[in-house]
Amino acid sequence: MSDDSIKIRVENVCKIFGPRAQAVLEQVRAGMSKNEILDKTGHVIGIRDVSLEIRSGETFVIMGLSGSGKSTLIRHINRLIEPTAGRILVDDTDVLEMAAEELHEFRRHKASMVFQRFALLPHKTVLGNVIYGLIIGGKDKDKARELGMKQIELAGLSGFEDHYPAQLSGGMQQRVGLARALATDAEILLMDEAFSALDPLIRNEMQNQLKELQSRLHKTIVFITHDLDEALRLGDRIAILKDGELRQVGSGPDILFSPTDDYVRSFVQDVNRAKVVTIGSIAEPVVCLSEAEASTERCYNLLQERLAVVVMSKGKVKTVINRELAAKPDRIGSVSQGQAYPQATCIKQDMTLEEGFALLAESGGLAIVTDDQSTPIGIVTHRAVLNALAR
Amino acid sequence: MAENFPELTDTRALRSAVDNGFNWVVSNYGEALEVAFLPMLRILSGMEQFLQWLPWYIVLIGLCALTYLATRNWKPAVSVAFMMFLVGLTGIWDAAMATIALMLVATLLAVLLGIPIGVTMSRSDRMQSIALPVLDIMQTMPIFVYLIPFVMLFGPGKIPALLATIVFAIPPVIRLTNLGIRQVDADVIEAVTSFGATPRQRLFTAQMPLAMPTIMAGINQTTMMALSMVVIASMIGAGGLGYQVLQGIQRLEVSRGLFAGLGIVFLAIIFDRIAQAYGRRMQQHPHVES
Ligand SMILES: Nc1ncnc2c1ncn2[C@@H]1O[C@H](COP(=O)(O)OP(=O)(O)O)[C@@H](O)[C@H]1O
Ligand SMILES: [Mg+2]
Repeated sequence: MSDDSIKIRVENVCKIFGPRAQAVLEQVRAGMSKNEILDKTGHVIGIRDVSLEIRSGETFVIMGLSGSGKSTLIRHINRLIEPTAGRILVDDTDVLEMAAEELHEFRRHKASMVFQRFALLPHKTVLGNVIYGLIIGGKDKDKARELGMKQIELAGLSGFEDHYPAQLSGGMQQRVGLARALATDAEILLMDEAFSALDPLIRNEMQNQLKELQSRLHKTIVFITHDLDEALRLGDRIAILKDGELRQVGSGPDILFSPTDDYVRSFVQDVNRAKVVTIGSIAEPVVCLSEAEASTERCYNLLQERLAVVVMSKGKVKTVINRELAAKPDRIGSVSQGQAYPQATCIKQDMTLEEGFALLAESGGLAIVTDDQSTPIGIVTHRAVLNALAR
Repeated sequence: MAENFPELTDTRALRSAVDNGFNWVVSNYGEALEVAFLPMLRILSGMEQFLQWLPWYIVLIGLCALTYLATRNWKPAVSVAFMMFLVGLTGIWDAAMATIALMLVATLLAVLLGIPIGVTMSRSDRMQSIALPVLDIMQTMPIFVYLIPFVMLFGPGKIPALLATIVFAIPPVIRLTNLGIRQVDADVIEAVTSFGATPRQRLFTAQMPLAMPTIMAGINQTTMMALSMVVIASMIGAGGLGYQVLQGIQRLEVSRGLFAGLGIVFLAIIFDRIAQAYGRRMQQHPHVES
């Protein structure tokens, strides 16, 4: 299966809460607003004609204010809630057509869930909670314990396996919640505001842990949050919901820089961009030349349409030549004659602007952006940084 | 002058029809019913004989130990020993054992029946809306009313006494099982469901354990109600302390009635203490959040 294949398809799903949902559906389709429907019929719109495609291995964030239908939407994926209309396909299987036994198996092995208020079993120990899904799925007790202890260790809960949830802090309880979801080795992880109830510090830590975990396990994660910073931090793609309606789906920069409507725009305007925008996303392309190739004339010509030329020596960055330097041809010449210049500043592409500020300040106007292997992939200028922050 | 209610119809025909119908049931099914309930009678007699066979000091020590385990306090245990000693001293030991046996068996059967009924009720709002009024009526009806149908079906004896006791004592355990399960944190139930628990797994791994303190409170009340009914049931041949009271009244033997009456009070105090303390203990479990 390729990485881009679609894991979860949500097709035209509507969910209306109330006794005569089917009848009210017509009015919803006719375009009545959430409040009108509530006033006229007493029914509540949970989700309104939402279609989504979630790719295998991506972290898909669903974002919206409280009451926008996030929890309702995510619960359709494992059929904790059944839609009033529409279909949900997971690996091309219609979740709504599963018989009871098939649905139990699906929940035991394919999709596991982490909850905002942890929802641990208070009468079971940490270990008992972590292996709950395994035991329910009929796994042998000893085997389950063994797998459970491994998860407990990974979650940093060693030594607490015999404690009860009420004896743990919120952060630790949610680690148990996450370990419980990971223990079943499900391919899909459904996280409903999993970190929203935690203190900022713990929350940060859990976000890092999730990122680390995802880089190892490549699960399909559906993550819900009402916090844009968290969404931008974790999400490969982000969906924005308002009153049960899907307003925009796209990558973090898509949402930040090209909001499709005023709602999304107002939603993103307060975000601290320096924390979100990566150096890589504002890098401008650059040409790399070896010392021998970096003749004055060649550099001069290249700089007509580019901001800078990077000069490499034995696979390493030697220096960077910009238009200012090009105005002093003798200095370009000296590069080709093998004279050493002070190292140019290099910044990793996945750093956020905030993380890169110190290096940028040092760089004197221009820094080289590199990938994980320290190969230059572009340059970033102060002007580009200010532009990104100004939007 | 008060006017008598006019005789609008002749009720003799109706009355005889009801009587005949009932007699018909008794004569056709009476024996079958009695046979059907024979195992219950055996359990009851077995229990009674066992308690009476046990040496008195074993029973006394057993009750003290139970009290101590439940309360973790030696004072109530000592007072239990004192009360049981008085029961023995006044010569009503065997009657007390018969009463305890009837109470225990009735409670046991009420719990065995009541919990599944309560569970069924917790699963459907419809069931609940039907069952709650029935339970209300059962709990407001005077105790004696329970005796009538059973005596008519079986004649005086232990089986009608036991059945009447069960019917009288069962509402709390049903009610509180239903309530306890409905009160279990919906988040936890949702989580359990999301991990693929079947309804049965949900019941046994989450709902029952988490409802247990409430169910225990129900069992507690059921025990107390069984004890109070046992006394009344003695009048229809259950024997035990209630019968002694009855005899005291009939023969105007104040002492007999008084001693037996005190014995009943002592048993009530003892079982109430034990049951309450166990109930509290359940609720204080360190890991179950309030
Ligand atoms: N079981 C329910 N019955 C009636 N209305 C509900 C129910 N669950 C959710 N809703 C309503 O649906 C809307 C979306 O709720 P929810 O999905 O919980 O939002 P979010 O998770 O984004 O805060 C809200 O208006 C909420 O009141
Ligand atoms: Mg929610």
